[in-house]
Amino acid sequence: MTLQQFFFGKLSWASIPFDNHIVMGAGGVMGLVALFVMGAITVKGKWKYLWTDWLTSIDHKKIGIMYLILAGVMLLRGFSDAIMMRLQQSMAVGKDLGYLPPPHFDQIFTAHGVIMIFFVAMPLMFGLMNMAIPLQIGARDVAFPYLNSLSLWLTVVGAMLVNISLVVGKFAATGWLAYPPLSGIIYSPGVGVDYYIWALQISGVGSLLSGINFMVTILKMRCPGMTMMKMPVFAWAGLCAMILVALAFPIFTATLAMLFLDRFMGMHFFTAGHGGNAMMYINLIWAWGHPEVYILILPAFGIFSEVVATFSKKKLFGYTSMVYATIAITFLSFIVWLHHFFTMGSGANVNAFFGIATMIIAIPTGVKIFNWLFTMYRGRVTMSVPMLWTVGFISTFAIGGMTGVLMSLPPVDFQLHNSVFLVAHFHNVIIGGVVFGYFAGVTYWFPKIFGFTLNEKWGRRSFWCWLTGFYVAFMPLYALGLMGMTRRLDHYNAGLGWHPLLITAACGAGIIGLGVACQVIQLWVSIRDREANRDLTGDAWINGRTTEWSIPSPAPFYNFAVIPTVHERDEFWDMKEKNRMNPNIQLQSHYEPIHMPRNTATGFVIAIFSGIFGFGMVWHIYWMIGMGLIGIVATIMARTFNKNIDYYVTSEEIMKTERERAGRQKSSSVAIKNGTEELVLT
Amino acid sequence: MTSTTLDHHHDHQAHSDSIDVFGFWIYIMTDCVLFATLFAAFAVLHVDNAAGPTLKQIIHLPYVLGETMFLLASSFTYGLAMLGVYKQSRARAVFWLIVTFCLGLSFVVMEVREFMHLYADGNSWHISAALSSFFTLVGTHGTHVSFGLIWMALMIGQLLKYGTSPSVNRRLTYLGLFWHFLDIVWIFVFTIVYLMGVI
Repeated sequence: MTLQQFFFGKLSWASIPFDNHIVMGAGGVMGLVALFVMGAITVKGKWKYLWTDWLTSIDHKKIGIMYLILAGVMLLRGFSDAIMMRLQQSMAVGKDLGYLPPPHFDQIFTAHGVIMIFFVAMPLMFGLMNMAIPLQIGARDVAFPYLNSLSLWLTVVGAMLVNISLVVGKFAATGWLAYPPLSGIIYSPGVGVDYYIWALQISGVGSLLSGINFMVTILKMRCPGMTMMKMPVFAWAGLCAMILVALAFPIFTATLAMLFLDRFMGMHFFTAGHGGNAMMYINLIWAWGHPEVYILILPAFGIFSEVVATFSKKKLFGYTSMVYATIAITFLSFIVWLHHFFTMGSGANVNAFFGIATMIIAIPTGVKIFNWLFTMYRGRVTMSVPMLWTVGFISTFAIGGMTGVLMSLPPVDFQLHNSVFLVAHFHNVIIGGVVFGYFAGVTYWFPKIFGFTLNEKWGRRSFWCWLTGFYVAFMPLYALGLMGMTRRLDHYNAGLGWHPLLITAACGAGIIGLGVACQVIQLWVSIRDREANRDLTGDAWINGRTTEWSIPSPAPFYNFAVIPTVHERDEFWDMKEKNRMNPNIQLQSHYEPIHMPRNTATGFVIAIFSGIFGFGMVWHIYWMIGMGLIGIVATIMARTFNKNIDYYVTSEEIMKTERERAGRQKSSSVAIKNGTEELVLT
Repeated sequence: MTSTTLDHHHDHQAHSDSIDVFGFWIYIMTDCVLFATLFAAFAVLHVDNAAGPTLKQIIHLPYVLGETMFLLASSFTYGLAMLGVYKQSRARAVFWLIVTFCLGLSFVVMEVREFMHLYADGNSWHISAALSSFFTLVGTHGTHVSFGLIWMALMIGQLLKYGTSPSVNRRLTYLGLFWHFLDIVWIFVFTIVYLMGVI
């Protein structure tokens, strides 16, 4: 091995595509943004604050915020990929080859899928669950706060590996699931698939740990009186999603590991010769992949349940059937995976089983939709921004679900498999379901976490742009799929009649872009106007039903000064109806000391070493691999010798915090409507 | 911030053991799914030996029996170590943990020797899917055992430094679950890979 090979592995100056203007431009923008942010932090002298209050924080609320920031940043990157693809497809007809050469186009659609699923949708989900679940169940934090921080930073490191791959080397050009043999070492000899493998293995560990964390939190840390059937539906949805995470992600880890072994050690799990079986990869990856999409959608359904009940001022219709429907979906999601490859040749009998199972899974979903509609029926509905997202979801998701049931018929799927009809279907349910749901959730819980509401006007504008843009972008794709257009095409022949529809789709993407811009503006305006929009009562939407609305906004770092005792479902609503005292708003004469975990850098440090390990694995830089592994193990071990990991918040401290908060509320003299008790200060 | 730090020898826990150990059980369940995936791959691929040998040709049951005895014995001695922990006897716990470590290390050494032998004979994982799945399934189990040994060494160190304190006991409970779990997985490996391989 030469000295160059030892220090740099396969890395060299040739790994950076200086001649590719698009990549250099995009990389340049990313670099400038990073520099700008770091510069702003330096100018304001906030590095120490960033370290002590954020990077080392194990507070679930802060971790939730950081997940959301990650999701927002990666949304911009994933959306840019989408715009680039739509632009290419609207141009590259007949003699025109468009502006993206095929290898580049292939990396873009791969990166688009990977980023949107793993670094936008999953972080949005974990972010919202972090923000809301402990507050909804009356807990002070999750079961394992240090692992929570580790999960976050592992996800961030995974995202950073994907971002680095833009400029240093290439990304995978295989589609977001990297089917072999294309993703094997012979047909993808470069570093792209390795970046893919390690970004997802590292963030996958983070997801798995979060799955365990939230399962234990929801099952074991509910406040007194909150039985399982008195939990908010979002907590049920989160629990079921986390069960899916715990059962499905290990399959993903093992499958990617086998792909890695094929590439790195010359094994033959999925190769085209020596007995390898690429079809097994497809089975295994979809055995994870299908539960994954239910992992994404179930919490969104949970959010809709909360939002619909709150803004219809009516309890959720059919709580019990909602719970059973969620459990049914959780179970059924493990027996439908073959519908992703009906055409692979399993035969009619096998296809029939999975087709029927897929149709069956639509039933509990339908139950949920009817329950939401029945909740709204005879309710007094306020069309707030979260409610807008919800109503938009119900119509959009219903269409997407129907096209899914359409494709669940194997004979139909034989025509539509891997066409853009499929692409339209899954964007229909992911955008209409997952994205709209998480946007509703962010708007809904924003005031609880930050203490002020988001600007309504820009929220409405972004909703209408997203809704319109979605339909304009994806309805043409349904038609195109029926006309025979395959997915992932970088160029097509003239005279097929596809061109006008693809131009329309590109316009739709532009309208969604306006929606994203509205959201950015919304954030800016909301922060600018935060003093005028403070939530002074804790009950930010006035008609809050569940426990998180019974504490002040923003939530104090210990969440509950007094852990609530629950008697009913929708405990807070009941508390207001019956005019019971709320000990988290009304000052008490004495507070018990609260046991809290200390902040720690351990999660952050382990993640950094994981990133070093991952980068070393990609480029075969052995000293980095060693350093990364030793660093991870050493940090874990060092943590076990650290005895200074927790502390008590004293009664005086709590009293002081509560008095200050009450003083702020008194000086604004807010009258509270609708049966909530007036503020009485002792 | 005014706060009370904990007295150094007042070993406090954030949660009761029931919450923490429950979390570890769930982790074990996920590890189980990981092994299940590797077993599924083995089930599909073990017949695809391409130009290479069949499993029957490379398995030596008496040798594997030896490995198995070491691992099973180590599970038993771990139990003895935990009895020492419950009796608050640091000496007994450390002694039996060291014995467990030696037995576990013997298992790993035997397995490494088996792999090296196969590789030297030209029967490496490069030959076929069957051998790839064999090495991966058995090797993943062996890797888990090796991590367990590192962890065990760490716990011996913690016992010597802190004695049988609540947090050390909790961690020994985790390691115990992990160790016994690996023993159970080995029973499956032994049965499905080795015993069924020679039929």
